[in-house]
Amino acid sequence: MTRFDLRDYLPVLLMFVVAAGFAVTNILLTQLVGQRKQTRTKLMPYECGKDPVGSARERFSVKFYLIAMIFILFDIEVIFLVPWAVVFKTLAGPEYGLRNLVYTEMMVFVILLLAGYIYVVKKGAFDWGERARHEAEAEARALEDLRKKELAARRAA
Amino acid sequence: MDWNNPWIFAGVKFIAINVAFVAVLMIVAYSVLAERRVLGFIQGRLGPNRVGPGGLLQPFADLLKFILKEDIIPDKSTRFVYFLAPVIAITTALMTIVVYPFGPTIHIPFTDWYVPLVVTRMDVGLLYVLGITSVGVYGIALAGWSSNNKYSLMGGLRSSAQLISYELSLGLALIGVILQSGTLDLYSIVERQSGWYGMHWNIFWLQPLGFLVYLISAIAETNRVPFDLPEAETELVAGFHTEYSAMKFALFFMAEYVNMLTVSMLATTLFLGGWNGPGVQTFPLLGVLYFLIKVIFFIFLYIWLRGTLPRFRFDQLMSFGWKFLLPVAILNIIITATLGWFGWI
Repeated sequence: MTRFDLRDYLPVLLMFVVAAGFAVTNILLTQLVGQRKQTRTKLMPYECGKDPVGSARERFSVKFYLIAMIFILFDIEVIFLVPWAVVFKTLAGPEYGLRNLVYTEMMVFVILLLAGYIYVVKKGAFDWGERARHEAEAEARALEDLRKKELAARRAA
Repeated sequence: MDWNNPWIFAGVKFIAINVAFVAVLMIVAYSVLAERRVLGFIQGRLGPNRVGPGGLLQPFADLLKFILKEDIIPDKSTRFVYFLAPVIAITTALMTIVVYPFGPTIHIPFTDWYVPLVVTRMDVGLLYVLGITSVGVYGIALAGWSSNNKYSLMGGLRSSAQLISYELSLGLALIGVILQSGTLDLYSIVERQSGWYGMHWNIFWLQPLGFLVYLISAIAETNRVPFDLPEAETELVAGFHTEYSAMKFALFFMAEYVNMLTVSMLATTLFLGGWNGPGVQTFPLLGVLYFLIKVIFFIFLYIWLRGTLPRFRFDQLMSFGWKFLLPVAILNIIITATLGWFGWI
C-alpha cells in the first residue's frame, strides 16, 4: 500500500483507550472489592520471611548499561535496514534496474556492521561473569597459598 | 451507509476493536487453562478439572479470585510507578491486535459490503508492532524498580537485558520477510503468500532460517521456558512481580499470555501464510479457521516446550542471543538479499 490515510490510525487511539481503560478499571475494582488488612510486617519488602537487609536502591552491575548501549547502536542499524528492505524489490526490478547499486550498498553497510560486532565480541562485552569467575578463582588460589604459608610457618615454629 | 461520516467510521471501528479484544481475552483465558491441563498430562496428573465440565470454567473462577484478593502496596515502593507498571505491560501487549488480519475479505450476504477481517490496514503495520512491543520493556523494568525489593530489581534488570538482546534478533529476522514482500502492511504480506493453492508460505519459500530465528527470539521475548530467567523461582522468587498481588499481578500474567498470543499471530502472519490454505479462495471463512489452527499450534508449542526443557543460565542466555542468534539473523538477510540480486524472491 502506498496511500496514506490518517483515518487508518484512528483504531490505534481507540485501542489504546480500550486497553488502558480495561487495565485501570481492573485495578480500581480490586482496590474497591478486595479485602484490606494492612499490618506493618505485611507491607515490608519480601525477603523470604526475614527482615529486609539494607535498601534495594543500590548500584548494580555495569554490564546491564553496556548491553543497553550496544543494543541502541545495533537497533539503529536495524532501523536503517527496514526502508531498504521495503524498496529493494521495486528498485531491483526491471522498472528501475538498480539491483547492483542497492545490493552492494547494503552489503557494504552490513559488513561494516559486522566489523563493529566482531570488535564488541572480541572486547568481551557479552562474556557474563567470566572475569568475575577468574577473579574468584584467583582469590581462592591466593587464600590457599596464604593458608599453606601459615601452616608451614606454624610447623617450623 | 455513509462510510465518510467520521462518527459512523469510528463507531464501526470501535465495535471491531471490541470484538477482537474479547476474542483475544477469551483465547488467553483458555490458553492458561490449556497450559495447566496439558502440563498436567505431560507430568502424569490431571490438572484443574473441577470447576465446570472438564474444568472449562476455571479461568472465570481464577478471575473472580484475583479481584477479591488483597491488593498489597509495600510501604517503601514508589507508588505511582508501582501502579503504572502493570498498566503499561497490559496496554502495550493489547495494542498490537489492531493490525493482525484474522481472515480474508468477506462478502456480507444480502448487501454489497466487502469487509476485510482486520481492524485496520496501516502501511507501517509491522513497524507499529515492533515499536509497541518494545515499549513493553518499560512495564517490566519499572515494575522491578518501583517495588523496592531486591528480587524485583534483579528480575527487572535481567528481564530488560534479555528483552532488548532478543529484540534485535527478532527485528533482523523480520527483514527477510520484508525483503520478499516489499511492504510493511500485514494484510498485503499475507495476500502475497496466497499462491500455490494457498501454500506459498514464506517459511517454505526462502525464509526457513528466518522463521527459526524469529521463533527462538519470540520465545525469549515473552519470557517463557527455556528463557524464563526473569521469573526463575529458585533464585529470584517471582522476579519483577514478586511484590505484586491481586489484579495487578493478574495484569502481568495476562500481559505475558497476550504477548504469547500476539507473537504467535505475527509468526503465523509473516511465515505461515496467515489465513492462507487450500480452499480459501472459494470459502473465505475457512481462512479464519486456518488462522486459528496455526495460532493454536504455536501456543501448544509454547506449552510443550515448557513441559520439556530446563532453564538457561544467564551468561548462557546472553552469549546465545548475541553470539549465535544475531549472526545467524544477519546471515539470513545476506542470503535473502543475494537471492534477491539473482531475482529469485
